[in-house]
Amino acid sequence: MSEPLLDVTGLAKHYPVREGLILAKQVGTVRAVDGVSFSVKRGETLALVGESGCGKSTTARLVLRLIEPSAGTIRFEGADVTRITGAAQRAMRRRMQIVFQDPYASLNPRLTVADTIAEPMAVHGIGDAASRRKRVEELLSLVGLRSFHAQRYPHEFSGGQRQRIGIARALSVQPDLVVCDEPVSALDVSIQAQVVNLLKDLQRRFGLAYLFIAHDLAVVKHVADRVAVMYLGQIVEIGNKADLFANPRHPYTRALLAAIPHPDPQRRGQVKPLGGDVPSPMNPPPGCRFHTRCPFAQDRCRSEAPALRPMADGHEAACHFAETLPPAGLDFAGGLSEAAARRLALYARARAA
Amino acid sequence: MTDDLLRIDGLRTVFRTHGGEIAAVDGVDLSVPRGRTLGIVGESGCGKSVLSLSVMRLVAHPGRVAAGHVALDGRDLLSLSNAEMRDVRGSQVAMIFQEPMTSLNPVHTVGFQITEAMRAHDARASKADLRDRAIDALKRVRIPAPERRFDEYPHQLSGGMRQRVMIAMALACKPKLLIADEPTTALDVTVQAQILDLLRDLQQETGMSIILITHDLGVVAEMADEVAVMYAGRVVERAPAGALFGDPMHPYTLGLLGSVPRLDEERENLLAIEGSVPPPFALPKGCRFHPRCPFAVPECRSEQPPLRPIAEGHQAACLRAPVEAFAA
Repeated sequence: MSEPLLDVTGLAKHYPVREGLILAKQVGTVRAVDGVSFSVKRGETLALVGESGCGKSTTARLVLRLIEPSAGTIRFEGADVTRITGAAQRAMRRRMQIVFQDPYASLNPRLTVADTIAEPMAVHGIGDAASRRKRVEELLSLVGLRSFHAQRYPHEFSGGQRQRIGIARALSVQPDLVVCDEPVSALDVSIQAQVVNLLKDLQRRFGLAYLFIAHDLAVVKHVADRVAVMYLGQIVEIGNKADLFANPRHPYTRALLAAIPHPDPQRRGQVKPLGGDVPSPMNPPPGCRFHTRCPFAQDRCRSEAPALRPMADGHEAACHFAETLPPAGLDFAGGLSEAAARRLALYARARAA
Repeated sequence: MTDDLLRIDGLRTVFRTHGGEIAAVDGVDLSVPRGRTLGIVGESGCGKSVLSLSVMRLVAHPGRVAAGHVALDGRDLLSLSNAEMRDVRGSQVAMIFQEPMTSLNPVHTVGFQITEAMRAHDARASKADLRDRAIDALKRVRIPAPERRFDEYPHQLSGGMRQRVMIAMALACKPKLLIADEPTTALDVTVQAQILDLLRDLQQETGMSIILITHDLGVVAEMADEVAVMYAGRVVERAPAGALFGDPMHPYTLGLLGSVPRLDEERENLLAIEGSVPPPFALPKGCRFHPRCPFAVPECRSEQPPLRPIAEGHQAACLRAPVEAFAA
């Protein structure tokens, strides 16, 4: 098979916890990301999913080297980029861009939209002022904005439009990989759908690879090719979307899926909450990190940490008892009612007209 | 007729601005039966939070309720004196908010904050008695080790625990109506499931009514008996939950359903609604949804459609509903 665009092995980020003002003695370590490996192929979307504090955003920032890893290697097109600096690092950064979660905080309020979008090109010395101006216009129309928007400031835009500006900025330097850090979670439902559609459309047109960070499994099911589920700084399950959703093997993946309320009152009461809270990453439980909340935990889980290992259908899960767990009993069948589906089809037709 | 705990009639809440008065809530009629849950769905800026603040009479200056009636158990809340209203808040109607992080006071213990409302409504209660009642309240919301939590500060609790404390505070004086404004939006999905479960159990135990405000169609489908969909300050569709999802009428409701990615269905593209919600100072004439509506005809631009019955217990404010009746 072709070489992966991005290949990450054993990536870790540990933060020392210090106490005291002058001597600042280290009293512990927060293991925000603790040995994460995955790869992303050209043109595909890998989603990193998990709840707050699982380390998914830290992983995204490590990949871009916005923060420095404590351990592990990052390879981009086969070349080790874990320690490169200076011009080599800048050249690599042109090819990896990021779209942030909060479109209200990630745009400079003092720059016009044109300046915001052109800034990465200026930083990387691409083109001259005139060609950049032209490129800004192209990018604006690409993300569904108008050319007169170029001279406006971020406060004049809605959340969805700002996210489009952020996307245009990321695309301005023609990256191969775009890290999307919760790009739609701050948006309203209808706007979220617009931005998701835009991201998918851009991916088809430019062959972009996405590392897509999200907590919403329904969004992930819609955008991802492959999915990695994270818990307390580690990947507990990773695989093709279809396999992972059809046959989730890790109890945590199942719990996440079972916790999502369906937009269908007929299936009310199927939501099964998982007990307890996520333990502190400062002293994660010994053995399997999920054992404190796992309904299937046994003695072995309390002492021995399970490694990621391949399942029958090719996806990987880190659970000692992945093969012998009872069926997940997750029922996604159903879909829209007949009347709703019929009217939505009319809606789609009327909109296209 | 049904036994309604709360009735809202013709409610209009306006804010004074430099450009004149704008109506954030513009002519809303709703009712909540005893022991039932009304879900209010809509996107940011549709007026759902201002509506709930209006019921609590907590709309801050320069906003005010300009017209309408809010009756709780037949008693008009809008004509009560401030002192009478203070008595109603907490003891009859209570509210929980989206942000459990910012709704709790970081410099007071959990116990102090729970007993605060009790002290306000019952000045003679003894300290020991208050403590017992607060610990009971914490137990009711299934907080482990409530005796210890009583003396802790909010920063020592997780997000889910804080929301449980908020619920314990809201229910401390046994209100008849709980208004929950996006109670689970800031929480993780597994914690959200715990909180929804808890609210359902507490409703069974106490028989309280709930107004659940959310933008999440999944949460509404899980919790609500009846649903009102709001758009730009008005209710555009109102129906029992089963009918709203099974037989959606208003094009905006359809657009919302099409926008949500579903686990049970694979679609190449989501059916997004074009454009965005108009700001309240630049509302379009006629139907407020018409600039984004694929079914709009010239009449939609001139007349504001009233909420009209379309099926048994099902109302929609659209000239073109049900849409297949007009499709060519």
